[in-house]
Amino acid sequence: MTTTTTTSPQQTHQAGPAGYAPEEPGGDLWALNFGPQHPATHTTLRHVLELDGEVIRSCTVHIGYLHSGFEKLAEHMNFNQYVVVTDRMNYVSPMANNIAWHHACEKLFGIELTPRCKVIRTIIAELARIQDHLLSVGATGLDLGAFTAFMYPFNARETIYDLCEEICGARFTTSYTRVGGLMQDITPRWPSMVKDYCTEELPKALDDLESLLLRNRIFIERTKGVGQISREEAINWGITGPLARSAGVRRDLRKDEPYLCYAENWDGQGAPAVSFKVPIAAGGDCFTRFQVRIAEMRESINIIMQLVDNIPSGPIDVLPDDKMTMPNKDEVYGSIEGLIHHFEQVMTNRGHTPPVGEVYGANETANGELGFYLVSDGGNMPYRARCRPPSFINYQCFEKLIVGHKISDVVAVLGSLNIIAAELDR
Amino acid sequence: MSAKITPIIELLQKQFSDIDFAPAPLLEMKDKSAEQWCVHVQPSKLFAVMSFLRSDERCSFEQLSDLAGVDYLNFPKAKDRYGIVYSLLSLSKEHRLWVKVFVNDPNPEVPSVVSIWYGATWMEREVWDMFGVRFSDHPDLRRILTWESFEAHPLRKDYPLTGRGEREDFKVITRDSA
Repeated sequence: MTTTTTTSPQQTHQAGPAGYAPEEPGGDLWALNFGPQHPATHTTLRHVLELDGEVIRSCTVHIGYLHSGFEKLAEHMNFNQYVVVTDRMNYVSPMANNIAWHHACEKLFGIELTPRCKVIRTIIAELARIQDHLLSVGATGLDLGAFTAFMYPFNARETIYDLCEEICGARFTTSYTRVGGLMQDITPRWPSMVKDYCTEELPKALDDLESLLLRNRIFIERTKGVGQISREEAINWGITGPLARSAGVRRDLRKDEPYLCYAENWDGQGAPAVSFKVPIAAGGDCFTRFQVRIAEMRESINIIMQLVDNIPSGPIDVLPDDKMTMPNKDEVYGSIEGLIHHFEQVMTNRGHTPPVGEVYGANETANGELGFYLVSDGGNMPYRARCRPPSFINYQCFEKLIVGHKISDVVAVLGSLNIIAAELDR
Repeated sequence: MSAKITPIIELLQKQFSDIDFAPAPLLEMKDKSAEQWCVHVQPSKLFAVMSFLRSDERCSFEQLSDLAGVDYLNFPKAKDRYGIVYSLLSLSKEHRLWVKVFVNDPNPEVPSVVSIWYGATWMEREVWDMFGVRFSDHPDLRRILTWESFEAHPLRKDYPLTGRGEREDFKVITRDSA
């Protein structure tokens, strides 16, 4: 970190609501670079803070250090190839991005998934939510000095990587979904592994975490009332996910625009939607965000336990006649039809033929609404694939949240927002 | 969905009788059903329409869910070059509406909606950065993902995927000059 003194405050960024614009301060202000390399920013973020003593008078956020241009890449990859890039968006819960991307693609193609695929996708979407929240709540503790509280959830996250490895061979960059199905079926022992994890390991880790932090006086005093946002502001800033719900916004895409097994009649034979509660709190501060995330993980366990015992049999991919999914490798190597089918899928001048049009498909991921706005010109690659990244849109309000607080609160607010810079910097 | 959004489109047409909204589904399915609807607005009328959509209690679009720029340079049958797509969401009424604005070179410019939805601040900065469409009356229209001295707008269709600004073109900084 470098510090310099300024005699006259720089022209500060004053977008947003009146009321958080810094007052004209008397005396000298310190300009402090928080980041781009700082252990508590976790990734590469830069804030230029203007300090009056320890109090932050204004904050300017500079992002883009990890800009990878993934929307440009999408225009040069077909609908299956791009799933690899989605792993790298929010790398804390890559499975959720895979599902969100192909959810939008399937909306474009008008594909209805098979019941088995829907159940598996729902389970891994919830596992991804747990994975993301575990890191977020643990890292909030870590940044505030509670190192032990970081270790319990991080240990529990490790098993989720094992579960990912079991079904797709990769721990981190999963790329598990395909248009109309999945890369491969789950292994026979996977459901019992998930069940063991959700009945024994994870509840215990959550209990440990709660007992370490929820009544920890230092943690409470550093998070309660810090980084507060009201319901109206949260809506107007476009905030979604646990951040919005902890400010009293009743919005969860799983309930409001249901998809997969969150929708009624998902198997076509009248199966009821999975039942779960959406935790909502009114505080809107860092501590409530922490509580909402813990409650959401407990609900995710509940959802997984409803599904994991009754994974329907049947194919994971939609019918191969549609030429939407990749054929089995057995067919590719063993029959001429399978080989032709495979080539039809992978050759650069063939592949999927979507209808001409535009579509928006969104999923409720751990950080909020992850949506893709696809523009298709009928070619085998998207003409434009706009990603609505929850981190980017949630992070805008950071300047508003932090002004007036002390410099040590920066890490508390950052941890509670759970910013993933790869997604933020697009 | 479309049953929910039809009264709003009718309301819009009644309120702004001089605008041709040309409501159309974003994507028409094989069975001719459509759940996502889009209306078109000229840039000069955008702010008035958006204010109405936000404040009228029958519409009450409290949230700007997303703002996407699209460069329709090579798109089949496209007449205009840049499209700005506003994705509006009403949490109280639980409906969505997409609003499209088209602008063209040499001076693509759209009124900013930051004073209606603060959430548009960074989204508009991103569209300016990536597509070079300016937002008039934006409080702080700087580039957001690339750096200030960068000149191109990378998500335009005439910007190549690789080639421009490659690493070998960068100035070499030696120990003495640093």
